[in-house]
Amino acid sequence: MSAITEEAVDSASIAAASTKRKSLWLVAIRNPNVIIGGVILLTMLLIAILAPFLGTVDPQRIDPAARNKKPGTEITYRLDDGTTMKRVAIMGTDSLGRDVYSRVLYGARVSLAVGVAVSVISVAIGMVIGLVSGYIRWADGIIMRIMDGLMAIPGILLAIALVSIWRAGLITVVFAIVVPDVPRVVRLVRSIVLTVREEPYVEGAISVGTPTWILMFRHILPNTVAPLIVQGTFLAAAAILTEAALSFLGIGIPPEIPSWGNIMAEGRTLFRVFPHNILYPGIFLALTVLAINIMGDGLRDTLDPKMSKKV
Amino acid sequence: MLDFIARRLIAIIPVLAVVAVFVFLMLRLTPGDPAAVIAGDNATSDQIADIRTKLGLDEPIWTQFAIWIGNVLQGNFGESFFFKKTVAELIAQRVEPTLALAICTLLFAVSVSVPIGVMAAYRQGSLLDRAVMGFSVLGFSVPGFVIGYCLIYVFAIELGWLPVQGYVRIGVNFWQFLERMVLPSLTLSVGFIALISRITRASVLEVLNEDYIRTARAKGLSNRVVLMRHALRNAAVPILTVIGLGIAILIGGAVVTESVFGLPGLGRLTVEAVLSRDFPTIQTVILLFSVVYVVINLLIDISYTLFDPRIRY
Repeated sequence: MSAITEEAVDSASIAAASTKRKSLWLVAIRNPNVIIGGVILLTMLLIAILAPFLGTVDPQRIDPAARNKKPGTEITYRLDDGTTMKRVAIMGTDSLGRDVYSRVLYGARVSLAVGVAVSVISVAIGMVIGLVSGYIRWADGIIMRIMDGLMAIPGILLAIALVSIWRAGLITVVFAIVVPDVPRVVRLVRSIVLTVREEPYVEGAISVGTPTWILMFRHILPNTVAPLIVQGTFLAAAAILTEAALSFLGIGIPPEIPSWGNIMAEGRTLFRVFPHNILYPGIFLALTVLAINIMGDGLRDTLDPKMSKKV
Repeated sequence: MLDFIARRLIAIIPVLAVVAVFVFLMLRLTPGDPAAVIAGDNATSDQIADIRTKLGLDEPIWTQFAIWIGNVLQGNFGESFFFKKTVAELIAQRVEPTLALAICTLLFAVSVSVPIGVMAAYRQGSLLDRAVMGFSVLGFSVPGFVIGYCLIYVFAIELGWLPVQGYVRIGVNFWQFLERMVLPSLTLSVGFIALISRITRASVLEVLNEDYIRTARAKGLSNRVVLMRHALRNAAVPILTVIGLGIAILIGGAVVTESVFGLPGLGRLTVEAVLSRDFPTIQTVILLFSVVYVVINLLIDISYTLFDPRIRY
């Protein structure tokens, strides 16, 4: 008799837990920080996708007649069919006569792509390594020593080192930023796995003979999802900054691709006279990263309250 | 205590070994003949052959590693063909600006961020607290080079108070040296202040709820004494930890800041070396920065006992 009631209580609590999990996501998307950050980010995403339709011209188009124009200058474009077109360069032009407004808008594509790609790839790789490290004891020692070693190299330097090995390009830059991020994800996942594997329900699953891989993916992995989403947003923000820094230093994405870092790198030499080349991409960059960080704070407060107490 | 220091010293050996293996492999992972990569584009075949024998490139990779690590441990970091100097000389020349920048930044950032963090915690929820928290999110989000250029624009170009760029050695003219350190240190401080003030606030907040704080207040100690002696001292361990971890941000930031302000330091050297594919220099700089980072964090670990007598090793 008592066994039956216990079971009833159990299933009730399980049901409650599963609704609780759903409602947690609802709470998260109602958090003011998540909303503010999300709206700004969504706007940036729309700008990136709709860049060709927002009054831009070809961001790589070089126009010697329109070099170094201040914001607001009217420029006459000579089109390929021989006709001319007047257009106001609201953010001015750079030293090759390229339109800064168009470059900044197209630059949103590169930055957002780098941010998303880096966080998704490093979370995916870090999750697998972290699971293995936390669950398979003999692998743990070796993996964690390698991770400690990688973390001993300051992140941006490691990225610079990798770029110097692989030579610049969008994909190499993404992987150069992923490598320093992976150990951070591994540590997070491993610490969660180490606590969860001692839980009674995991021991229960082991005792009924659940295969290791089902155990890992069905019983252990779901615990890592919320903290990883939080970690992933912060990684995306940092990745966008790192890409901009690498490109700004001239060792990131090739200069012909309009990324915010590249636009600023190009504007360095004439900064004293034409600060707009650094100002506008700088504002977009800071705003995007700020939006992701604000959203990350909100997600952390709602999804991962334990972590929010720590910082 | 000595036992603890010895154990910590042993613990950093595997970490540094991984770093060394990575730095060694860097050159082997680049496409092409390592000797030709080191010698640069204008090398003669004699020079390449010479490097080949020096590095033992015809030997198996284990021997190559042994030769390389043996050289490194003796302070022989090879020769930079691009700069036409030994790497050790090159680094010795470039250390001063980076060290000066790091020290100025650390002093400034810590002396600003710890007090504002403590005040924010003391007046939790106040305007000041929200301002500090808001600033810290902003400080994480605005890239260093944008801050640097904004400061240059305002203080050097518009107001003309400070020089735009450049560096004067500390021994040549101290005043000019200081003038040229202000803007770079401010730039580099922003991210650091954001980080430390946030963690100071969090750890002081936690301590303020402790019983001994209430006791200290109850026996009539002034707020200042309670905050500084009782709260801050007990909150010091996490703050120190974050300062140590923040050294990585400082090093990364130095690379960017030195480029913005034209400081001829190690950060600028790193970028120049990558642009000219000068591998011996890149390898040495990465090794050096990593060792510095690891050693500083080791020292911080050891210093915990000074701040928190409960920690015994």
